[in-house]
Amino acid sequence: MLAPISWLKEYVDIDISPKELEEKLFSAGFEVEEVVELGKDISGVVVGLVEECSLIPDTHISVCKVNCGEKGTFQICCGADNVRVGKKFPAALVGATVYATAKDHVTIEGVMTIKAGKLRGEESCGMLCSGVELGLKEELYPGAGYMGLLELPDDAPLGEDVKPIVGLDEVIFDIGITANRPDCQSILGMAREVAAVLKKPCRLPDLSYNENGETLDFTVTVEAPELCPRYIAHAVNNVKIAPSPAWMQRRLALVGCSAISNVVDITNYVLKEFGQPMHAFDRRDLKDDAIVVRRAKEGEEITTLDEKTFTLKPEHLVICDRTRPVALAGIMGGLNSEIKDSTTQILFEAAKFARDSVRKTGRALGQSSDSSARFEKGVDEFSTVMGMRRALHLMEELGAGEVTSYHVDVAVNPVVQGKPLVVSLKRIQEILGVTVPENEILRHLEALSFEPDIRGDSLSVMMPPWREDIDNSAADIAEEIIRSWGYEHITPRFLDKAHVTSGGRTPEQKKAMKLKNVLCRAGYNESIFYSFFSPKDLDMIRLPEDAPERRAIRLMNPLTEDLSLMRTTLTPSMINCAVRNLRRGNTEGRFFELARIFLPKALPLTEYPEERQTLCIGAFGDKETFFTAKAAPEAVAKAFGISFTYQKAQRPHLHPGMTAEILCGGKVVGVIGKLSYEICEELAIEKPVFLTEMDYEALSPLMDEKMRYQPISKFPAELRDLALVADEALTCGEITEAIASSCKYLTRVSLFDVYRSEAIGEGKKSMAFNLVFTPTDHEFTADEIDKYVQKILKKLSFLYQITLR
Amino acid sequence: MKEKLEAIRREIEEGIGAFDSSRALYEFRKTFLDNKEGKISQLMKGLKDVPKEERPAVGKTINEVKEWALALFEETDRKLHTLELQRRCEAEAVDVTEPAEEGTVGALHPNTLVQNELIDIFASMGFEIFEGTEIETDYYNFTALNTPEDHPARDMQDTFYLSPGFLLRTQTSAGQVHVMEKEKPPIKILSPGKVFRSDDDATHSPMFTQMEGLVVDRGISVCDLQGMLDLFSQKIFGEGVKTRLRPSYFPFTEPSVEVDVSCFECGGKGCKLCKGTGWIEVLGAGMVNRHVLENCGIDPEEYTGFAFGMGVERIAMLKYGINNIKTLFESDTRFAGQFRD
Repeated sequence: MLAPISWLKEYVDIDISPKELEEKLFSAGFEVEEVVELGKDISGVVVGLVEECSLIPDTHISVCKVNCGEKGTFQICCGADNVRVGKKFPAALVGATVYATAKDHVTIEGVMTIKAGKLRGEESCGMLCSGVELGLKEELYPGAGYMGLLELPDDAPLGEDVKPIVGLDEVIFDIGITANRPDCQSILGMAREVAAVLKKPCRLPDLSYNENGETLDFTVTVEAPELCPRYIAHAVNNVKIAPSPAWMQRRLALVGCSAISNVVDITNYVLKEFGQPMHAFDRRDLKDDAIVVRRAKEGEEITTLDEKTFTLKPEHLVICDRTRPVALAGIMGGLNSEIKDSTTQILFEAAKFARDSVRKTGRALGQSSDSSARFEKGVDEFSTVMGMRRALHLMEELGAGEVTSYHVDVAVNPVVQGKPLVVSLKRIQEILGVTVPENEILRHLEALSFEPDIRGDSLSVMMPPWREDIDNSAADIAEEIIRSWGYEHITPRFLDKAHVTSGGRTPEQKKAMKLKNVLCRAGYNESIFYSFFSPKDLDMIRLPEDAPERRAIRLMNPLTEDLSLMRTTLTPSMINCAVRNLRRGNTEGRFFELARIFLPKALPLTEYPEERQTLCIGAFGDKETFFTAKAAPEAVAKAFGISFTYQKAQRPHLHPGMTAEILCGGKVVGVIGKLSYEICEELAIEKPVFLTEMDYEALSPLMDEKMRYQPISKFPAELRDLALVADEALTCGEITEAIASSCKYLTRVSLFDVYRSEAIGEGKKSMAFNLVFTPTDHEFTADEIDKYVQKILKKLSFLYQITLR
Repeated sequence: MKEKLEAIRREIEEGIGAFDSSRALYEFRKTFLDNKEGKISQLMKGLKDVPKEERPAVGKTINEVKEWALALFEETDRKLHTLELQRRCEAEAVDVTEPAEEGTVGALHPNTLVQNELIDIFASMGFEIFEGTEIETDYYNFTALNTPEDHPARDMQDTFYLSPGFLLRTQTSAGQVHVMEKEKPPIKILSPGKVFRSDDDATHSPMFTQMEGLVVDRGISVCDLQGMLDLFSQKIFGEGVKTRLRPSYFPFTEPSVEVDVSCFECGGKGCKLCKGTGWIEVLGAGMVNRHVLENCGIDPEEYTGFAFGMGVERIAMLKYGINNIKTLFESDTRFAGQFRD
């Protein structure tokens, strides 16, 4: 919210610097987000009187003698057509800074420092300035819009800094207003807060006016009171449309509002000053002398002031005359009843419209205005009443028309007076934890217009009518007291009245954390990717049309199509991560992500979907093989006391010869494999990429966190190596399983070499296994071990025709 | 016999210095001391040919030579072994400045590092960790948190909707209500999780992580809130860090405050990090609004509480000096490699 200090000063005597005010407002909950200093780039420009002026022959340049009082008298050359002897102009002396303009004399191109120089051979020690060169425009200072020199008042003291004279010493605060304080979305609202922090009175602007006794045969009907709790109308006759006065134009310009005409400017002025959106209708355009506030009829049309036409629906609130909409309630007036130069009779509207109705209508139609922005934040009815009075006063003050006696006020609940509230002082202390001295409570609440009174434990207040945020609770009053008294009065204390509780992570959370640490130890970095992805990601991994992963939850309002679906698989994010890294020249990497996938029970969502914790592991780079990748799930298995088995499988996005389903306790819990060559080519990936995705939710209950000790054998283990010749088609898993199940003393069976040669034969391979036999109750003899080995070999020969090499 | 002994002694003395390995020395030793073939053993065997009365004296002399030889060989062997180890070490010497063999260790995400730190702090204060769902209903995310549909605060957060009643939670506060519906005071929970807002620029990401804390018990006041925040700030940002509360607004707390910590980079003097103010905004907090308690079936006359919420990425960015939030979600190896537990 823009608040020029000079405007605030109309209501409060501000006797501290803008910096101090900024700090005080900050402590009270109003952060000044930006301080705009109007003349911050202008310096060294003083009032100068042209005492002599002669044109250099054959040029448009005049050589002037400029009297700058105590600063001295200087020769300054000037090309403006309005330079005259006896007139005062802004004189930028050597060293001064002003804006440099382009050839058009309007466009500002930067700040320049004035230097002494020569023009057509004549010395020039400074520059006489235009309004633009000082950063002014017509609305900010009359005459500043002129292309030539800015003429200063005759009584401007010679040699004085021009900034205060032309209003360039203005400081404007851009204040952040929290959503609970719509009453501060106005100059007067902020002035009340400034007055409260300074403990000074706040003066209400003049609201007086005289009615001329005229009444009208005019009706106002509110047919949709649920969307319009208050509607006030007042007629003004004998209106003379003219420009508004300079002071009003300047103030509007300071808060970013352009001047249009006296009537329109008054509505904008009241909006800025009181925070009350106003509208003025040309009353001659209101058919059958009626205003009807109602929901639009289906298909009804309105063309707003900016000449845009909208087709309406019953959820849109419109202001109508007897037959047609004449304004989109709270958003913009209709073109059919706008104020024209020829307007002579107007009807002012000050209303309160339901904020969500204004918001929804505005969003649905794509139409907005200062008024709608204001209504969306919430307008209080106090302002509705005061705003109308102020507008009528200004009409009279500006001589813009005669205020009639025709006044209509349709109110669902005519609240203008504050409501009383009694709260317990003890309760306030309990909330704040500190005892605020009674005199401080009274002083601060008084300053905030709460009219406080203390009797024993009872604090009675009158809630200011503009404070619709105040609920009937002690917490509200406690908040007002502490923000005004200051949070520095709070004494830190550490839960000394609270119960002792036991805290920490749940076993599930600990398990997930352990999983992450295990993967880190295995060389993988943790990743976090967005929970949403692109429909293209589903195509990228070649999911068939009927794949369950395609049943993803769609965002109704995604930022982009690429972030429009809730993830049903984590793999695409991991592939994209590899692509991103490789494109950036990172030739290898290992990452994992533990995140949720979202599986809807029904679409569109009517109940909570399943959020399933899923683990995705990715490794890319020349060093990676299927087996380096496999080490990651194996590390997890080892850490959690479970074992995985792997069976060859196919997935559309994975290499057909390097893909396996991961099983745990007979259930498929994941897939591991190498990214297919087709996808690599499509994504221009030249390094191998291995991907594992596991259903952590299914895996987690199988993870055994209990540790049980098995007594270790007193007898030494015996080691044997077996080199076996097997058919190429036999897997390591099958052979290992056959060996392991044939002797109960075997505690380890592990492959350590695979070898192929002509001698071994076509379609055959030699596999060398490491066997460990661990005795339980006696030391093994060599014969015993040989017996076991023979048994194993017999079984392998019988099952798979495997021979010893 | 004497001569023979003398010859053996000389042979040993002259020959023993010629060996550079224990093994060669052992072979030489065998020529004298082998139990069967050794020259000294042979002499022992020849003792039977010596006249009986001389035998003790000769035997003694042979034994003396044998003892002498044994000692000499042992000593020489020891010297040789030492020498051998020395040579082996010389041969094995490495360039210690060559790079280590790589056994890479991965890193946790900075968010997790910060979360772990926060969880440790709050768990020690007795907070349980609760993780809610990322997809929430309009009721839990807004209405139950005192933000009815027409509330202007809904505009404070741009929400991703999934269906008319379901949305991506915009705040972890949504979890508060679930907990308070199930559990009765005393409640102390810390609720980390991903949250979503339709914002996307250099300082905003459409997904980020929040950490929400909630305490509901008898006699909880703003003083407790500040006390806990002081403790927390000092643990996470360092001793001597101060906190400052200033009025703010959240629909689900009243009074509501914005919490700043004194700048841990410059100690409050003003620097680039704190934009010259000496303070850094780190979290929002307040006393739980009575309507929220009522909505969860907790009597606001009996219980009070406070809640606070912070952006985990913000803390991570402040702590580690990360300047763009987007890098946190890109998993660039050069980024990931810079963090450690």
